[in-house]
Amino acid sequence: MKKYWFVIALTFPFLLNAQRFITEKSSVVFFSKAAIEDITAQNIKAIGIFDIGSGEIAFSIPVNEFVFAKSLMQEHFNEKYLETEKFPKSTFQGKVSGFQAGAQGSQLVHATGKLTIHGITKEVDIQGSAEKEKDHLTIKTKFIVVLGDYGIARPQLLWQNIAEQVEVTIEFTFKPYEK
Amino acid sequence: MLLAIPGLSQDLLQELARQAEPSTVYTSATFKGTRLVNGQSIETKGKGALEFIFQHRFGRINSGAYEFFGLDQAFVRLGLEYGITDRLGAGFGRNSEDKTMDVYLRYKVLRQSTGKINMPVTLTAFGMAAVKNSPRTEDASYAIQFEDRLSYTGQLLIARKFTSALSFQFMPTFVHKNTVDASIEKNDQALLGIGGRVKITRSVALTAEYYHRLSVPAGNPYYNPIGFGVDIETGGHVFQLVFTNTRGLTERAFLTETTGDFFNGDIHFGFNITRTFQLKKKK
Repeated sequence: MKKYWFVIALTFPFLLNAQRFITEKSSVVFFSKAAIEDITAQNIKAIGIFDIGSGEIAFSIPVNEFVFAKSLMQEHFNEKYLETEKFPKSTFQGKVSGFQAGAQGSQLVHATGKLTIHGITKEVDIQGSAEKEKDHLTIKTKFIVVLGDYGIARPQLLWQNIAEQVEVTIEFTFKPYEK
Repeated sequence: MLLAIPGLSQDLLQELARQAEPSTVYTSATFKGTRLVNGQSIETKGKGALEFIFQHRFGRINSGAYEFFGLDQAFVRLGLEYGITDRLGAGFGRNSEDKTMDVYLRYKVLRQSTGKINMPVTLTAFGMAAVKNSPRTEDASYAIQFEDRLSYTGQLLIARKFTSALSFQFMPTFVHKNTVDASIEKNDQALLGIGGRVKITRSVALTAEYYHRLSVPAGNPYYNPIGFGVDIETGGHVFQLVFTNTRGLTERAFLTETTGDFFNGDIHFGFNITRTFQLKKKK
């Protein structure tokens, strides 16, 4: 019996390769609404992979690629809050449920899994939508990240510029993955 | 099946790591300010950012109670610096000491990075021209020409951020003064500077800076400038509290005309305060 599982585990990834999708383009936007100013930054360097067969999904965001309107803010974001040198990537790995590979058009899905930001991993449940158009697949989601949950300390002195909760909007366009 | 799934998602992240295009990660925030203590740092302002800098030195701490331990005296430089690009900056300022006006450019030639491009250091070239407006032409003891008032400073600032807390900088420096008292100094003067910072919290750092003048003629009354500082950063402000043996705030003055003997207690307390305004948004 044990041997039998071993064979399945080995062959499984090969069987699934045909159903793997990889990002063609991506956008991760974070938005913080606070009394003094609204802050937004966009990152177009995130990459993701989605396995339609198993529903497994993973994405990886290089934190230093967030672009802010103010360069000083970008520096502080990396240097003081996200500590990018120590924690260069934010990642998610989990499973999408409710996705029907055969269906065209937009459908509601949700993903559960592990979100890692600032070196801290939390179990999350994220709602989103998936839309299949020909062989391309677009996944969109918007969720709230509570900075304190990930050990990100806000400045205590002089400015109330950063909200405790920031909104993250993710949009990935996937294409079939060819080795 | 349940056994296979955790292994699989691990695979996906690993697969992503293989997929990731090699990119270059540039080091940022080697120092908090454009000034290390008295002198320049490798930092440039980001594109479209304007920095207002207010530099202040009191008199000597050892000047006694009558001078309120130096606090009765004030030497000030007001300046502006603008980031033309992320790597090119231009600035100007005026120092009350010798009523000096200065203009300068700095350009980040090399940027410390890892990844696709591996660069161990950041190198910034710095060039300044300054006009010493004191004394007035009519008050001068000799027929002083405009050219006599000019001086130039060229620096190669080379820095490495070793860890997020520890940075060092090395500064080969050249100063040319058009007119000098030849009995005590030369027109062309070379210096080697060294400095660094240690971050203690994410907003507070300790800094130190020393310039060594090379081949100083006998009879030169000046000292090598040395300074220690505490950087405190709050949002768009950087406060630098400094203790130094010079009251000069432009390169000519503190590099070649420092009058205090630090180890004899000729120490000036002072500060640099900067405020950064983003004039043009990025993107």
